[in-house]
Amino acid sequence: MTDIIIHCAVALLFPPLLLGVIGKTKAAFAGRVGAPYFQPYYDLIKLFRKGSVFSETTTWVFRAGPVVTLSATLIAVLLIPLGRHAAPLSFSGDLILFAYLFGLSRFFTTLAALDTGSSFEGMGAAREATFSCLAEPTLFFALITLARMSKSLTLSTILTHPTLATWLAAGSSMLLLSGALFIILLAENCRIPFDDPNTHLELTMIHEVMVLDHSGPALGIILYGAALKLFVLGAIFVNVALPVATGDPLTDWAIFIVAMLALAMAIGIVESVMARLRLVRIPQLLIGATILSAFAMLLVLR
Amino acid sequence: MNSFADQLLVLVMLINLVMLGTSRLNFSIRAVAVQGVILGILPGLIHPFSGHLAGITIGIILAKGVVIPYLISDAVHKAHIKREVEPYIGYVPTLLLGAVFTAISFAFAEKLPLAPEHKDLLFVPASIATLLTGFLLLTTRRKAISQVIGYLVMENGIFIFGMLLTEAMPVMVEAGALLDLLVGIFVMGIVINHISREFSSIDTSRLRTLKEE
Amino acid sequence: MLYALVLLPLVGALFALIIPDNRLRPLILPVIATIHIVLTSFLLGHAPPPSHGGWIWLDPLGKVVLLCISLLFAVCAFYAVGYLSYRQERPNRVLCMGLLVCLSAMGMVTMAQHLGLLWVALETTTVSMAPLIYFNQNARSIEATWKYLLICSVGIGLALLGLLFLAYSTYVAHHEATLLLGPLMVSARGLNPAWLHAAAIFLLVGYGSKMGLAPLHTWKPDAYGEAPGLVGALLAGGLVNCAFLSIIRVYQICLASGTEIRFFQQAMLGMGLLSMAFAAVFMARQADFKRMLAYSSVEHVGILAIGLGLGKGALYGALFHLLNNGLTKGVLFLSSGNIHRSYSNKTTDVVKGALTRLPWSGGLFLAGFIAITGSPPFSPFISEYTIVSSAFIDGRPLVGWLFLIFLVIIFIGMALTVLPMVMGAPPVNIEPTGYRDRLLTVGPPLFMLTIILVLGLWPPAFLVTLLKDGAAMLGVKP
Repeated sequence: MTDIIIHCAVALLFPPLLLGVIGKTKAAFAGRVGAPYFQPYYDLIKLFRKGSVFSETTTWVFRAGPVVTLSATLIAVLLIPLGRHAAPLSFSGDLILFAYLFGLSRFFTTLAALDTGSSFEGMGAAREATFSCLAEPTLFFALITLARMSKSLTLSTILTHPTLATWLAAGSSMLLLSGALFIILLAENCRIPFDDPNTHLELTMIHEVMVLDHSGPALGIILYGAALKLFVLGAIFVNVALPVATGDPLTDWAIFIVAMLALAMAIGIVESVMARLRLVRIPQLLIGATILSAFAMLLVLR
Repeated sequence: MNSFADQLLVLVMLINLVMLGTSRLNFSIRAVAVQGVILGILPGLIHPFSGHLAGITIGIILAKGVVIPYLISDAVHKAHIKREVEPYIGYVPTLLLGAVFTAISFAFAEKLPLAPEHKDLLFVPASIATLLTGFLLLTTRRKAISQVIGYLVMENGIFIFGMLLTEAMPVMVEAGALLDLLVGIFVMGIVINHISREFSSIDTSRLRTLKEE
Repeated sequence: MLYALVLLPLVGALFALIIPDNRLRPLILPVIATIHIVLTSFLLGHAPPPSHGGWIWLDPLGKVVLLCISLLFAVCAFYAVGYLSYRQERPNRVLCMGLLVCLSAMGMVTMAQHLGLLWVALETTTVSMAPLIYFNQNARSIEATWKYLLICSVGIGLALLGLLFLAYSTYVAHHEATLLLGPLMVSARGLNPAWLHAAAIFLLVGYGSKMGLAPLHTWKPDAYGEAPGLVGALLAGGLVNCAFLSIIRVYQICLASGTEIRFFQQAMLGMGLLSMAFAAVFMARQADFKRMLAYSSVEHVGILAIGLGLGKGALYGALFHLLNNGLTKGVLFLSSGNIHRSYSNKTTDVVKGALTRLPWSGGLFLAGFIAITGSPPFSPFISEYTIVSSAFIDGRPLVGWLFLIFLVIIFIGMALTVLPMVMGAPPVNIEPTGYRDRLLTVGPPLFMLTIILVLGLWPPAFLVTLLKDGAAMLGVKP
């Protein structure tokens, strides 16, 4: 019971901090002081206090977009285990639901973007659809590989199964999986080198261009949902790449939090040292990630 | 030690894919050099130590890891080119093909009547995958240098299979094979220089004067 | 003695490296060639027993090939002196060294009983020939060299894989991998059939591409067409025979295994007939006479393959044909080289009336054409007749008939190119080059033509015994 409460509390309150850490890391690399760690929280509060402006051409789809996206991500966060503790919600085959929840949220984001009728947003929607097409197989291959390793179809079991012993026995496939998952983490959350969350140059952006027309609480929901998504995928990555279990629940929670913060720093470092890829190169990298995870699967299936 | 050898073979296969995906020639050359060094280390992991083995290890690392990459990059330097442009089949399709070939070689190796002690090792699938990668590079790239790299990768694939049977290949034969490879690459490097001088390009699709009318 | 056969040319190559003078250097070739042929004739009679744990042994099959190579090289060496004195402007250090290194490696091929060693020697011949094809240093020859080098290197790489498969088949069977011919043949019946089959396929493809069997022959017209005449002669008569010897070694193992031989013979027959068909199609209306010779070479490797594929009586014919083809190709390539020099052109649009302009070279080319198409009284007639008659005797009339039909088509196709070239009036509007027939450029091919004639009329007894011994090694009961 305690675990479930902690799970929900961490999942609900923690994610924006990740964005703050990333921002701080990037600022440190650029030699700036940077915004405070809690800036994303302030931003969210500010946005929720504002009123909403909706374009006259939009329909209910536009309003439903952020809500559906956020709720899908919220359900997803309940499905994955955090810090070696079983997830509050789990059943056999929930990995399919997990993958399609992301699909649903993406569907509504793109639909809301198309609903505005703006050509820019349509362009962003097209890019998002293309790239997610390429990114999805990677996630699936990775989950299948992990499922095969743990001989289970429940996310709780699958993601708590990897241990240090697994790394020693099947190091190469685990390494490949971690690499693929990290790439997917960056791609799905629209981080550099795939997309720059800070840019507002319509011609090159992918995700940001889709949410240009949202304002006030709707934009707040979108920002919060993005943080949550980063948190979910980051948690999966941490479970695979850093399978440390001490047995003591509170220590495990602490390790998890520290690992997530470290991951946020790592993302910040990647964003600081890499340049954004040209759009044509993005599919290449995504296919590379797919091949990595497919290769990991091959090694495990053998 | 066998599991470590397997990890290295996974690395070899990843290098294959890297080479299929990159257009920068210097990068491919470095990748093939790394592959050569790994190939040099591998025999030491699966066979007991002997003078023969030490000789092979040093010979391979020197030839495949140092001299041959040097010869090729020298040719690249003299021909003033940096990239493979417009391969017959693009990078992403070849990369996918390479991945499919790798998968096929795993499936194929499963079916082969291997000796029981080789069943669990990755040598055979890695060998077939590397061989096929070499073929893919040979057939899809236009630049003479990329084709030489493809040939080298193919040889590496054959070599990986040969590691299962060092006793059949006495050191003299092995040294001879390595020397032949070395001289072969050397001659190819010279030929590439002449091609670039004669055609102002090392695009082999320009070599089409000789054909039946 | 055997080592001298390998070391002597290497010493010669060393001399070629250090002799600074372009005029003097070619003289090393006939010197080495003469010693080589003396050594060879001695070794034919008194071959030492197998040495070094069975690694080195000059068996009758090797002797046949060695005889051919040594004769051909001697003729080419004398010719080279004349040829290179005509082409003083070109540095010939690489050419001389390449020829000698290749001779050394070819000698090694004939005596290697370890298949790995055989492979190394064969690969050496490939690499050492590449710079020679590029002797003329123009765009066309660089293209030919590149194609030759890449296709043959890849092919021979596949052959190495085949060898490894073969070794693996012994490993699976006996837990001890070997590539020595003797032990392989002894244990051939117990070898793992799947690996043996894979090995046979890869070796066939690998050595087949080196030999130029269709459909792996694509490099051949280019390389033969652009190489100087004497290099072409050595490619067509030397390297081809070395590759054929390698295939014969595979044949020996397949024969000993008892099961694989069926597939192997079928494959040889198929590739042989395909080669003849390709040659027949491409030889018709071939304007470039050097390329025509290349297709003739494709045809004759096809004949050799058919001889091996038929087995039994045809094997004697195949071994004899190996010798005849090598020597006749020498005549043709050397005389065509002369004609090429004289006209500075190698297409039949320009080259006409060679008999008037160069009576000796033109005559030799005509005689070579008659010999290579299998007309009596030259020796290729006997070997081809042996092969085709044994096809009918063994109840393979289809093979026999196809063989004959292809021969006829090829004869007509080749005649359509050769006859206008040799006969008729020389073109008047072409500036005559300074080239004239000289003793050193005409004598060697003439000598070789005499040998073919003698072999055709009165084959010497020792040769017949040697060929019979060779055929006996391939399972023909004497």
